[in-house]
Amino acid sequence: MGTEARRKERLDRGVKVRTEKLYAVSGWQEITYLVLPRLALILGLLILPLVMPSMYWQKVLCSMGVFALLAIAFDFLAHYVGLVCLGGALFTGVGAYISGLLSSSTGLSPALTIPIATLGGGLICTLLLLPCLPLRGVYFAIVTIIYPLAIVRILTALNIWGGTEGISALATFPNIWVEVYLILGMVLIVLFALRRLVNEDYGLVLRGIKDNDQAVRASGINVTFYKAQAVFITAAIGCFCGAYLSCLYGWCGLSLFALDFSILPIAATVMGGLGTLVGPLLGACILTPLSEVLRAIGTWRIVIYCVVLLSFIVFKPEGLMNWIQRKYHQFEHWEKI
Amino acid sequence: MSISEEVVLQARNVSKTFGGVKAVNEVSFDLHGGEIMGIIGPNGSGKTTLINLVTGFVKPDSGKVFFKGKELTGLPPHRIADLGVTRTFQVMRPYASLPAYKNLIVPLCSPRVKRSSGGKLGDRDIVCIDLLEEVGFERDAYVPYKIASSLPLGYLKRLELARCLALRPEVVICDEVFSGLSMAEIATMIPVIERLQMEGMTIIMIEHRLRELFRLADKVMVLNFGEKIAEGVAEEVMENEAVREAYMGKEEK
Ligand SMILES: Nc1ncnc2c1ncn2[C@@H]1O[C@H](COP(=O)(O)OP(=O)(O)OP(=O)(O)O)[C@@H](O)[C@H]1O
Ligand SMILES: [Mg+2]
Repeated sequence: MGTEARRKERLDRGVKVRTEKLYAVSGWQEITYLVLPRLALILGLLILPLVMPSMYWQKVLCSMGVFALLAIAFDFLAHYVGLVCLGGALFTGVGAYISGLLSSSTGLSPALTIPIATLGGGLICTLLLLPCLPLRGVYFAIVTIIYPLAIVRILTALNIWGGTEGISALATFPNIWVEVYLILGMVLIVLFALRRLVNEDYGLVLRGIKDNDQAVRASGINVTFYKAQAVFITAAIGCFCGAYLSCLYGWCGLSLFALDFSILPIAATVMGGLGTLVGPLLGACILTPLSEVLRAIGTWRIVIYCVVLLSFIVFKPEGLMNWIQRKYHQFEHWEKI
Repeated sequence: MSISEEVVLQARNVSKTFGGVKAVNEVSFDLHGGEIMGIIGPNGSGKTTLINLVTGFVKPDSGKVFFKGKELTGLPPHRIADLGVTRTFQVMRPYASLPAYKNLIVPLCSPRVKRSSGGKLGDRDIVCIDLLEEVGFERDAYVPYKIASSLPLGYLKRLELARCLALRPEVVICDEVFSGLSMAEIATMIPVIERLQMEGMTIIMIEHRLRELFRLADKVMVLNFGEKIAEGVAEEVMENEAVREAYMGKEEK
């Protein structure tokens, strides 16, 4: 590099000036600058299924969507409400069984079973978790781990609802396009809806509960009620995923309570960046295809997730998205000194 | 100053034991409408615990608390705040990730405010800024918009007070709002409290800063080892032998 010294200089872009709901923008360049990432995200997700080489990879997109939804829901609950849910599998399992049982007993189509499973499952999961909501600390995390494990044992022991075999020959989606666009559309809707929610007054109360629930109580607000609502939102998203999967496979069984549905979304969230909501989507976009590629090595996949999780926690705890956002808002150039 | 005849807040023989330590022992008091009562006592004498008992954050082992004749004992904290009895916390923990003024959105979302404003609160951000101004924030384009975790202590105390006032309460309980503040900062806080009293609020102030407290308080209650050892007008209380021993002994050296 010779004798000449150089220094990296960073500048923050000026357009970050943001008032309440209005961007203080002055020209089309700045509008582009702000809109571009959103547009790229929406178009990217919608075009993705069209460029997939095979049906197999389109199916991978479907499970990517599922993990993205679970990860976004995890992020919402963990970062904005302060409830760390280590048992996303509870939600997928409950959602899958409700839709599966409905479909096998009444023959309803997915267009009905999925919404019923989403709302009904959300309610059931919220009721299951209600007893630990007034408690603070790790209780919520512990209880959420226990539920999916316990339910699997109970279903096996009682041998009801298909036992270890599960329920098969359920109604499925008409074609692959419905499958893939339903889940990707849902990802976009949930993502933007939650982003909106956490910045509304309602979201501020949730964030207040995370920062200091005592002060929220002292402000005359029923903290448990708000937490229950947030858990319902998360559980409903998870139940949607479960119901969707049962319709995708035409089958529902104990593996919908599997650890994968709890761990992979968390890994995706840590990788993508906690608290960004987009980050978990990004993490899922990376981890799901990766895990497909690694399918050949069986359970060793879990080891790889763990390594990814650990290295992000140690080396880049802020996650990819926070890093990308920071870079996007900065100019960087070398300057001679 | 107009102190009404009506007893607004009443405690009857409340007690609380923490693992053998009698944090509060058989304490009773009556608080009239519009009155400012000071609670003083050495460190660990049970002042904060008494407040926790009144506001529902800790359940008393025995005894009862009444607000305008309605029993508060056993109600959860948010119900008590909803009735109009609010408190500040001794340990400041604002909603750290939000700007200062946004901290006040939370109480503004409470059922009590929704009820009293009839859903017509107007622009909440402006209401927040007004509230901050009421407790002595400068109305400029800078301080109210700072992230709460970066505010200096003096502002945090004011923010905490503003959080209570956002509810338009009837009783405000201040747990050491002056401690850690400079004389100049306290001097700007005193008129704030005085104005609250003028507006008819009933106030309890826990303080270690006696001189400032005595300027404000209509009466003073002294706690020591969880027991009430004296109550009355500031000058009289300070004459009391037990109080001198328990409290002033350390102060006057
Ligand atoms: N949650 C708790 N668990 C156990 N002991 C407690 C608890 N809260 C308070 N105590 C004990 O009760 C006693 C009274 O404490 P308290 O905080 O009410 O005192 P204080 O008068 O507010 O003191 P300070 O002036 O330092 O604020 C202390 O001995 C304290 O250790
Ligand atoms: Mg105290």
